[in-house]
Order: sequence, then C-alpha cells, then structure tokens
Amino acid sequence: MTLAVVGYYEPWWIQILKAIVIFAVALGILPMVILYERKLLGRFQARYGPNRVGPFGLLQPLAEIIKLATKEQFRPSTSIGLLFRMAPVISIMTAVGALALVPFGNVQDIFGTPVGLYGIDVSIGPLYLFAFGAVAFYGIMLGGWASGSKYSFLGAMRGAAQLISYEVSQGLALLGVIFTAGTLSLTGIVHAQEGMWYCIPQFFGFLVFLIAGLAETNRTPFDLIEADAELVGGYFTEYGGTGFVAFMFAEYLNMLVLAGIVTAVFFGGWLLPLGIHPPGWVDPFVVLGKMFLFVTFFIWVRATLPRLRYDQLMSFGWKILLPLATLNALVTAVLVVVTH
Amino acid sequence: MGWNPGDDVIEVIRTPPPGAARGVYRAFRETTRGLKTTFGRILEGPVTVQYPEQKTPVYPRFRGRHKLHRFEDSHLEKCVGCSLCAAACPADCIRVVAAENTPENRVSAGERYAAVYEINLSRCIFCGYCEIACPFDAITMGHDYELSDYDRSDLIFTKEMLLAEPLERTPLRTEDE
Repeated sequence: MTLAVVGYYEPWWIQILKAIVIFAVALGILPMVILYERKLLGRFQARYGPNRVGPFGLLQPLAEIIKLATKEQFRPSTSIGLLFRMAPVISIMTAVGALALVPFGNVQDIFGTPVGLYGIDVSIGPLYLFAFGAVAFYGIMLGGWASGSKYSFLGAMRGAAQLISYEVSQGLALLGVIFTAGTLSLTGIVHAQEGMWYCIPQFFGFLVFLIAGLAETNRTPFDLIEADAELVGGYFTEYGGTGFVAFMFAEYLNMLVLAGIVTAVFFGGWLLPLGIHPPGWVDPFVVLGKMFLFVTFFIWVRATLPRLRYDQLMSFGWKILLPLATLNALVTAVLVVVTH
Repeated sequence: MGWNPGDDVIEVIRTPPPGAARGVYRAFRETTRGLKTTFGRILEGPVTVQYPEQKTPVYPRFRGRHKLHRFEDSHLEKCVGCSLCAAACPADCIRVVAAENTPENRVSAGERYAAVYEINLSRCIFCGYCEIACPFDAITMGHDYELSDYDRSDLIFTKEMLLAEPLERTPLRTEDE
C-alpha cells in the first residue's frame, strides 16, 4: 500500500546530494536572514542595527552563534531530562522536514540526469506540510512542559491553543487553490499558475494563509507563545546555549518555509510574469528572490504591529479568519463546478 | 451639576464596535497606516549618533570637567587658595592647601596660592557652585564629559591636570544647532 505517490526522477545518491545541498543552503541563509531582520528592524526604528562586529556588522550572527554554542549546558532541577532535550530536536527536525517541500525550480537536466530542484515532490503536498506543522507543536509543547517552569508552561499552553486554531484557517485557505489547480502536488500547483498567479483569483485565500502563517510561525503580532514582555521567553525560557539556538533556528527556518510555500502556492513559484522564460538555472534564484520579499514583509509587519491580546487573538482566528477561509473555499468550489 | 459643553461641540466621533464590518475595515486601515509610518522611518534614515566616533556637541554653558585658569599676560595662577570653592562644594570633593607666595617663588597674583588643589571627580556632582563661589574666576566648568577610568584614584584630578590645556575632545554646539 502506498501512502502517497512521489514523483522521483533521480537515483538515490542524487536525492541524498540534493537533501544535503538544500539543507546547506538553508543553513547558510539563516544567519543572513537573522542579520537582515535585525538590520532592517533597526532601519524601521530610525537606527542602524548591528554594525560593529566585522564590516557592516556582517560577523554579528557568527559571534552570537559562537557565544551561544560555547555556553554551559544546564537544565532546571524541575525539568524532565529526556523530554527537555528532545523538544528542540523535534522542532528542528520538523522545520527541516517541511523545508523539503519547498519547490525551488522545475525538473532540470543536470549532466544528462533529470533532477527536480526541490527536496521531494509528493502528491499530498499541503497534507505533508500540515502533518509536519502538527508534529512541530510537540516541540513547543514538550519544551514548555518539560521545562518545569510556569512561564514556559504558559507559553506552551498559549502555543497549543493558538497553533491549533490558526492551522484550521490555514488549511481552509489552501483549499481554494487546491480546487482550482486540481492537484495536491506543490510543483503541480506552480505549473497550474502559468496563466495567472493564484494571489489574484485567490486573494482572500492568500490573505488568510499569510496571516495564519504568521501565527503558525510565532511571528509578531501573533508571538504570544514567546511574549518576551510577559513570559520572559515563553516555551524556551529555560533553554540556553545550543537548545536556544535550536529553537531559534527552527523558528526562522519555519519563516523561510512559510515564505517558500506562499511563493509556490500563491506567487507562481519559479514562474515570472509577462511571459519571461529564463533558463532553468535561474529558477532557484527567482524563488529565493520572492522568498526574500516575503521575509522583508514579515519583518516590516514585526516592526509595525504590537502583540495581540489573547482573547483578541482567539476571536480574530475563529470569528474572522475561519469564516473568511470557509467562504473563500465554498465560493471557489461553486465557481470551479460551474465553469468546468 | 454636570459640565455643559454648550453649542460648540457639534460632532462626537465614536469608534465602531470591534468585530463589526466597520471595525474590520478600521483595523485594516489602521494597519496600513502603521505600515506606512514604519516605512517612513526607513526613508528618513537613522538618527543614531555613532558615539565614540561622533560626539554630541555640548552647549556653551554645559558643566563638564573643571578647569583652573592663569592670567594670560603674566601666566600667574588666578587661584589664591582661599578655599571658598571647597566651602561651597556640596559634595565636599575639593581639597585646597594654601601656601604663602614668596618673591623667589611667585605662583599666583595674590598673597597666597594653592599648594595643593585636588578635585575628586568621582564625588563631584557638577553643580557649578565652585565656579560661582570663586572670587577670581580661577575655576570654571569645562566641556569634557568623557571621565570614566579604571581606578578611583585616577579620578582625583590634581592642580597640574586641571591647569593643563584640556585635550578639547568635546565639540561645542554652534549657534544654529
């Protein structure tokens, strides 16, 4: 019994190579994203941001990683050892697992071997994404619960409620696209956008997906899980050194994955408007460029909006986003049936 | 009896109740307004003063580190060792030991001079009373504000240090600033 059809084009060793390359690229991009966020946040607040370590502050992330990695390993005496150490691992693994889904380009002919420029092309794309998103809750929940600290626990409780309620809207927002494209494969969805990117016919779906995505990745204004003003650090209050690095790594990687998925599903992936068809090797750079725009937007939102109150967060998710997403899915379904 | 607003108040602006369609529209509008505001900060550029390289200029009456003065023509010290500054000092940070001027060793213009003149800058509160108390304008407040040191004893400034020409590290604010 097969659970999902997977579009393989390449022998096993190329798949391993591909996985390593994608992971290495993401690992290399992450410090840049963190530095970019801090620099841009500074500009949004009429200051420079880090500019002391190395030229233009470029070595700041490196300095921070060295500082955090060389810290003493310890845990609170009230924490539960195995789960406490497992939580960052779960977070990081699910983030990397979801990264495999982001399509960076079409199938390319590299030295006579057709290679798909993505980690994996499953026929259940969004389901795979939400499955990993659901497992990622365990990282947050276990991290908060196993810490044995009230702030961590509060952060984890908020996280559970928030992530579950926004995942519903996120899933429903994607339904409209899936109806229109008629496929669950992310590369298939990109191919279906040859004529028009889905951000135009599925505008409300796009809006809901983006907002729910912000909540899923714990970005402001939905960062109640961390809420550093009230909860010290939320679920990772008790983590220092490498555990903290792992949580931050997973968080920023999730942001990149969200940017990649939005790019693929609503902004035409590697396609360019106005009928421009560049050679295949440009595709990953097109996707990375679009992801860069979305990351910029996330940072812009972070610089602008204050954190929502908890009841506002819940009523916004259930009373506005969910009906909007449902309505969007219903209208799209009717239109698809009528036009075909 | 309540306050009567009179006829001047003609319109009361009420915000729409949250959750209603108008509330959603208002939230959307205010969000875009906020985004516009933060973007404006990028266009304006940073206002940060890169401190160790750039220094904030001070006003002419800024009360920084003290200076002791000499007469410009005779190069004698203005201070006559009267200890009025030490008496006026609320933080008790000035120590003056006076000595008699002799024809062979003429230091100041008056009868006596300050043989020891020390200001403990770790105690000084920069109130400027010493400047006001001085009958000969021998001590004034300078403009230097970079006064940190690694040792408390290094912050006791002696007469030679106070008399020496300051390094002039502090820019002075011009009139239009």
